[in-house]
Amino acid sequence: MAGGAASGGSAASDTYKEARHWLLMPSWLVLGFFVFAPVCVMVIYSFLTKEFRGGVIWEPTLAAYDQFFFDRGLFGDSDPTLQWTYIEIFWRSIWQAGLATIMSLLIGFPTAYFIATRPDGTRALWVFLITIPYWVNLLIRTVSMKFLLRDEGPMNDALLNIGLIGEPLQIINTNLAVQLGLFYSYLPFMVLPIYASIERYNFTMSEAAADLYATKFTTLRRIVLPAVKPGVIAGCILVFVPSLGAFLAPDLLGGAKNFMIGSLIEEQFKGNAGNWPFGAAASMILLSMVLVLLLIFAQQQRRAGAAT
Amino acid sequence: MNDTVEIAVDVRDAIKRYGDFTALQKISLGIRDNEFFTLLGPSGCGKTTLLRMIAGFEDVTEGGIYLFGDEIKTLPPHKRPVNTVFQNYALFPHMTVLENVGFGLEMKGSSRKDAAKRAGEMLDLVQLSQFAKRKPAQLSGGQQQRVALARALAPSPKVLLLDEPLSALDLKLRKAMQIELKHIQRETGITFIFVTHDQEEALTMSDRIAVMSAGELQQLGAPRDIYEHPRNMFVADFIGDTNLLEVSVDKITDGRAQCHIGGGHELICDAVDGVSVGASVHLSVRPERLVLSDQASDGNSLKGTVTENIYIGTDISTMLDLEGGPKITVRTSNTERGNKRLIEPGSPAFVNMEAGAARLLVD
Ligand SMILES: Nc1ncnc2c1ncn2[C@@H]1O[C@H](COP(=O)(O)OP(=O)(O)O)[C@@H](O)[C@H]1O
Ligand SMILES: [Mg+2]
Repeated sequence: MAGGAASGGSAASDTYKEARHWLLMPSWLVLGFFVFAPVCVMVIYSFLTKEFRGGVIWEPTLAAYDQFFFDRGLFGDSDPTLQWTYIEIFWRSIWQAGLATIMSLLIGFPTAYFIATRPDGTRALWVFLITIPYWVNLLIRTVSMKFLLRDEGPMNDALLNIGLIGEPLQIINTNLAVQLGLFYSYLPFMVLPIYASIERYNFTMSEAAADLYATKFTTLRRIVLPAVKPGVIAGCILVFVPSLGAFLAPDLLGGAKNFMIGSLIEEQFKGNAGNWPFGAAASMILLSMVLVLLLIFAQQQRRAGAAT
Repeated sequence: MNDTVEIAVDVRDAIKRYGDFTALQKISLGIRDNEFFTLLGPSGCGKTTLLRMIAGFEDVTEGGIYLFGDEIKTLPPHKRPVNTVFQNYALFPHMTVLENVGFGLEMKGSSRKDAAKRAGEMLDLVQLSQFAKRKPAQLSGGQQQRVALARALAPSPKVLLLDEPLSALDLKLRKAMQIELKHIQRETGITFIFVTHDQEEALTMSDRIAVMSAGELQQLGAPRDIYEHPRNMFVADFIGDTNLLEVSVDKITDGRAQCHIGGGHELICDAVDGVSVGASVHLSVRPERLVLSDQASDGNSLKGTVTENIYIGTDISTMLDLEGGPKITVRTSNTERGNKRLIEPGSPAFVNMEAGAARLLVD
């Protein structure tokens, strides 16, 4: 299938090729100004010396990266040992973002499937309903979540009243609270791409599978999932990546000990305690990690496509 | 019906409603084991609906469906030992041809290896062995069609359902596939239920045909039976070309009906049940059963004027205006005509027919 699409693209005539450069200009401008330039600024800042009241001194140094990876003692004169603090924060962020992604997938996939299988004409309404909460600012939503999850909050009250629990569940300021917050922040990014690919799916294939003695579950696993995989992967990337760098949910719901990369970076640019080069270096490391993950994934996709 | 033939699929008083709309009205038919059975009818008459009810994709609103005597209407599709060749093939795009064909076997519990082996044999049967490793998108329409067929045949279903499987193919390929399908049906001995709106295809391939219209069964019978003894106007008109003439029945004696058509032409044909003296009904006579001549015959003979001769390869189709108004078409094969000259338009001619050629229709 991939082969067919590629050969279709190469059929463009010379006339179109000439015009292509000009027609693509807007995209290049946008990419240049909003992707390439900011990344360059970040790369450069990560190699500069920090100024104590925020900002930088234009003197190249590796200090920011050194600080991230190595511990040189309180006065900077001991032998360097590997610094675990920041690596742990990164690891925790990946873990939290990963769990939030899995949660979104488990809830988002059935939701998308449900919407995509509604009768024609009612689907747009369901999509609209899904997006309504997201018209409210993320900060407000996250704060509301904090109130909902509190020990004396409505959720605990309800559970206590129906007698399901004897004492309030301690959810706020735990990893679970952060995961729930991230899940709630980015759920539509999971639902919408999956919905789009399920809507394109030809359900006669499910009938064909059932006709060939496949149970519903096997049909889902062997026929539906492979067909909608691109949507699932897009959804996972769209939830995982922003979750990884999020700071609102970890700050408001996770408390001090559930610090994530986003908060770490945010602090470096806030107020006088900041360290811009260090913030830039941490961002760079985060960016490289995401890029490596995406590249590995793209490579695998290409290999799967080439195997046909 | 003969007691010794087993009934593979028995549809009893099946009704299908979509809301207020009734797609199938009390259909009853018995499809025999090992036969090539065709559901024939114009688009929208409910053929697909009936087929999907047998496969299990549509609920039966009322009535029952029995497979070799067992009620199956409550079984989900994956538990019914019938397989379907879908109209748009519905091949699995991410699997190879071999994996597609082996899928049903694997689901029935064969090991991957056994499934692949049997799938290979099925691909031999449809002459696609060299494409086993390809993906469906890399095949032509005709090849995909054969993969769909092999996939449905591989699990050795008791009944194979085919929903207009040839409609997307060009004429030549379609003719070849008609023969191949018929051949495969004989070889495997599987009961085929074939859906088509193409009467010629139905006549060529089927052991028996059920003609449907507007959700109702019009006639059930062997191709020849249906062609030569259409039961009503719809069937006569839908199957093949025919002349439909309005007639009044004057007298019935010894199973013969004496009648006249517009213009006062007298005719004698076989009487049928349900048509009595004085009735005003229709008469159907196939163009090829009529003989064009410059002389009247002893039996039924209608005088008219030739208006047009149309050359259609093996045959000549001649149109005439009969005296007093009615129009009629005669089809003469070129071999039969031999060296005789055509009767030119404008010339008078006689249309002769034997008594058994025409058929009275109960509307
Ligand atoms: N899901 C459905 N809902 C409502 N009407 C339907 C549905 N499926 C089929 N029909 C109607 O039932 C009739 C028979 O359809 P179908 O069995 O597909 O006809 P055929 O296969 O003979 O062309 C048509 O009038 C069609 O519009
Ligand atoms: Mg149909």
